[in-house]
Amino acid sequence: MYGFEALTFNIHGGYLEAIVRGHRAGLLTTADYNNLCQCENLDDIKMHLSATKYGSYLQNEPSPLHTTTIVEKCTLKLVDDYKHMLCQATEPMSTFLEYIRYGHMIDNVVLIVTGTLHERDVQELIEKCHPLGMFDSIATLAVAQNMRELYRLVLVDTPLAPYFSECLTSEDLDDMNIEIMRNTLYKAYLEDFYKFCQKLGGATSEIMSDLLAFEADRRAVNITINSIGTELTREDRKKLYSNFGLLYPYGHEELAICEDIDQVRGVMEKYPPYQAIFSKMSYGESQMLDKAFYEEEVRRLCLAFEQQILRSLILTMVVTNWVLQFHYAVFFAYMRLREQEIRNLMWISECVAQNQKSRIHDSVVYMF
Amino acid sequence: MEDFIDKLPQMDLMRSEKMTLVQLIIPVESSHRCITYLGELGLLQFRDLNADKSPFQRTFANQVKRCGEMSRKLRFFKDQIDKAGLRCSPRHELEPDFELGHLERQLADHEHEVLEMNSNSEKLRQTYNELLEFKIVLQNASGFLVSSNAHAIGDETELHESTYSNNGFIESSSLLEQEMRPEPLNQSGLRFISGIINKDKLLRFERMLFRATRGNMLFNQTPSDEEIMDPLTSEMVEKIVFVVFFSGEQARTKILKICEAFGANCYPVPEDTTKQRQLTREVLSRLSDLEATLDAGTRHRNNALSSVGYSLTKWITMVRREKAVYDTLNMLNFDVTKKCLVGEGWCPTFAKTQIHEVLQRATFDSNSQVGVIFHVMQAVESPPTYFRTNKLTNAFQEIIDAYGVARYQEANPAVYSVVTYPFLFAVMFGDWGHGLCLLLGALYLLARERKLSTQKLGSFMEMLFGGRYVIFLMALFSIYCGLIYNEFFSVPFHIFGSSAYKCRDTTCSDAYTVGLIKYRDPYPFGVDPSWRGSRTELPYLNSLKMKMSILLGISQMNLGLILSFFNARFFGSSLDIKYQFIPQMIFLNSLFGYLSLLIIIKWCTGSQADLYHVMIYMFLSPTEELGENELFWGQRPLQIVLLLMAFIAVPWMLFPKPFALRKIHMERFQGRTYGVLVTSEVDLDVEEPDSARAHGHQEEDFNFSEIFVHQLIHSIEFVLGSVSNTASYLRLWALSLAHSELSTVFYEKVLLLAWGYENILIRLIGVAVFAFATAFILLMMETLSAFLHALRLHWVEFMGKFFHGDGYKFKPFSFALISDDDE
Repeated sequence: MYGFEALTFNIHGGYLEAIVRGHRAGLLTTADYNNLCQCENLDDIKMHLSATKYGSYLQNEPSPLHTTTIVEKCTLKLVDDYKHMLCQATEPMSTFLEYIRYGHMIDNVVLIVTGTLHERDVQELIEKCHPLGMFDSIATLAVAQNMRELYRLVLVDTPLAPYFSECLTSEDLDDMNIEIMRNTLYKAYLEDFYKFCQKLGGATSEIMSDLLAFEADRRAVNITINSIGTELTREDRKKLYSNFGLLYPYGHEELAICEDIDQVRGVMEKYPPYQAIFSKMSYGESQMLDKAFYEEEVRRLCLAFEQQILRSLILTMVVTNWVLQFHYAVFFAYMRLREQEIRNLMWISECVAQNQKSRIHDSVVYMF
Repeated sequence: MEDFIDKLPQMDLMRSEKMTLVQLIIPVESSHRCITYLGELGLLQFRDLNADKSPFQRTFANQVKRCGEMSRKLRFFKDQIDKAGLRCSPRHELEPDFELGHLERQLADHEHEVLEMNSNSEKLRQTYNELLEFKIVLQNASGFLVSSNAHAIGDETELHESTYSNNGFIESSSLLEQEMRPEPLNQSGLRFISGIINKDKLLRFERMLFRATRGNMLFNQTPSDEEIMDPLTSEMVEKIVFVVFFSGEQARTKILKICEAFGANCYPVPEDTTKQRQLTREVLSRLSDLEATLDAGTRHRNNALSSVGYSLTKWITMVRREKAVYDTLNMLNFDVTKKCLVGEGWCPTFAKTQIHEVLQRATFDSNSQVGVIFHVMQAVESPPTYFRTNKLTNAFQEIIDAYGVARYQEANPAVYSVVTYPFLFAVMFGDWGHGLCLLLGALYLLARERKLSTQKLGSFMEMLFGGRYVIFLMALFSIYCGLIYNEFFSVPFHIFGSSAYKCRDTTCSDAYTVGLIKYRDPYPFGVDPSWRGSRTELPYLNSLKMKMSILLGISQMNLGLILSFFNARFFGSSLDIKYQFIPQMIFLNSLFGYLSLLIIIKWCTGSQADLYHVMIYMFLSPTEELGENELFWGQRPLQIVLLLMAFIAVPWMLFPKPFALRKIHMERFQGRTYGVLVTSEVDLDVEEPDSARAHGHQEEDFNFSEIFVHQLIHSIEFVLGSVSNTASYLRLWALSLAHSELSTVFYEKVLLLAWGYENILIRLIGVAVFAFATAFILLMMETLSAFLHALRLHWVEFMGKFFHGDGYKFKPFSFALISDDDE
């Protein structure tokens, strides 16, 4: 299919691609972040954001602002963008866009189930859910007592249903179970998404497999680090890794037997793309890992817009100029970048609100 | 010659206003008032001196924020008033302009009040909704219960009415909890929950219930008769009353949880009919109580809102103005002592005295000790372009500006467009019937000008209204051209006396094959009506219109060239006159000017010469005898001379100018090697906070090859352009022909054909089709296409000859201009 996307892509995808590239131009730049970091209070942040795409979403907020309001409104903007694109999309792009939100759905399911386990109010939990991951009967999740019920009552209607096939047990839900469920679901989701992208072919599969492989590897590392010192067996741990990505399969074997963070590091440094991430950290430290991964992710996502295919060099040399566009990965990249931007904004506003301006740069990931 | 040109009268529109860069040094205490007064005057464009600062770092960021907050409150009021459906006409009373702080306090009070009332009424509304739902459930659910109780032993679900009635209506919002109370077990183990749910959730709700209880339940539903207002969106939603029968305690908790998850409100219904009746009565009476309270609340709120509404528009404009003033103040710089604000800006030279007066008034009004210092500065960058237009010329200026804003003080084509634009349009749209229709439309717009200008129109009407004077002039000119073409919906009229032609015999059968005979003097004005439909009609009209198009085109292009001469003279560049204007004039006129001359001679003498032949052989074999195509004596030598001149003109416009420019640059550069040091010292001495100076000195990078290529492109464009542009004017002929043929088709093939039948229905249809085609195809589509072609002729063929259009518009700080742009 290489090169021929250019012929037909614009029939259905041209308008949306133009839209998404326009949205990308609206992402905050480093200059914006520098300005935001100098803000004295949340009103300053609002004032600065009023000059950006968030302006119309924030302008009607009464003055004592809260961090949550800012984040909520910014998320609303993301959701509006997403919904607009979804409305305009045709197959297979609409399915692709749907896939993007499944991750949020899994998170929401887990959030509600954990919340009910700890006897929180359902309405309160629902307010905390990410709006992209909402589905109709989400509130009913609270009814279920175990996974089987969860599946039978609620999730069978959602697109998440196929992912549940691996974690159907009638055990009662507890924290450990839920975490395992989350990771099993994520594994199934990522693999499914990966397969779907492969099916789409062309530049989309090329770039998306790169991005998804990174996501899978990051999750593998996170699972490993988080499960160190818990009662999760090596076999179980290995079951949670997605069956693709740069680490698959040999890296997984090694990760599965890691007992502390330095061993993880030893495994990861064998893989050149991750070497840079780990070489930034001193031994025994894992706090900065998240940020390092986020930075790497953002770098890759931005590349999806600028688009240089790293792998099939020969092919790209022939058709580089044509595959600069015409793929779906830009949508995925845009959604992820916006989410990162909202995380940044949340961090900045929290720092500003709590007068911790010295820590602002700890967690902000600059994009452009 | 020079004297004559200098003595030409001034044309205001010809060149944009002279602008001056001015500096204002305003004492802090009078700054706000000064800016306000300047905004009222609206003749000064401020330059942003703090472009490097982000909005919240500027001096008056706080005030801007406060204004933003106030406008948010005002939007809130507006929203509330719109929601409440109130219409408040602004009361025109001259309240004293209050201070910002005062208004801020007042707005905060009002907002607080409205918010409180809203939350109160929301609470009431919620209680009311619950009661209403309860009532509906009671009314509807009893039906199911009666039928199901026929065999069940009644009176199980006992209701503790004593607690219920003691609660008072505020607490009755906790109705939900009531049926959480343990109910005595039914003997048959069959129990029920009744409630109400949104219609769109019903299906999923039912499915969920079925799954949760594994089908061990009975679900009854009935639509409610009344719609209930959703308190969040204040929309009416349809709800469905349901009753679920089930058995077992576990199923009960599950069902309750599901109800909660779906937002279904459950209400207990006693199975005993007497109790039901009693409960219904109670609910009804409380409902009527609540309704009265709610009504009173709404009235109270409406009163409060309408009191806000009276001055809302006034406040909105006031806040908007304040915000604009602070935004402008943010563009000013503080001087070193922090006691004065320094501003820079452009103003038209004529407005200097006005600005001066305004500033003095401001100083006086604010009781400031120190006056505002206002002085003129040296400008390095090019000033903005500002034309003073009136209602009529504005539309034409807009047409020109759409192509590009004129460079500062460059000749403005809008002056000529006022006449040439409608005229060229009319040449293509010559029909006095259609012209009259257009005129009526334009007159309607003009007559209602005052009313329409205050209204908000749709985008299409807005465009029409904006161009009403253009349409008016276009209509007048097309009536004129229509009279010349003698076209009225393609019907010839004998307006100016009778025709000069008659038929050969009485039957007039050969009029369209052989022709007519002329028997008297020519028809005094325009085309003879008898020519319509005759054999010679098309050849004659085509030849006439084609030649006319060329004449019009050549004269318009010559006008463009002459304007380029005036531009060059104005900007004092003799190079452009010598090496561009003169050869261009020679080239254009030696070829196409000559053609125009031939056309006129042919018209005057009635010669049979073939102009194509003359023009083509002028190039192919200029020395050959012309033979029967000779129009005047000495034509051959003249042609040779003209041809030679044209050939000379091409290198003339190509080579000398770049070389001359290089020579000038070399001279300047040599002189400068000594000058640089001196000026740099001077620069150090002069302490002028002139920001323009910083980015002013553009080092002129002289790149000879670039300039030469540019000149080459320009010359080639002109040489080829003079051929293609002349040909382009033939569109005048083509569109005019198309228009007259189209209207002939509609008149003869639709109207006359239908009229030929006796049947009234066919006639009516014919008239309808004719009217439709005339209105939509001829009056709308044709007008649009002629308009666009006239636009092209102006933009490309006319303005391309002289217009640079790389200026920027004068945007004064003016309250009149900041209307709705931020909404």
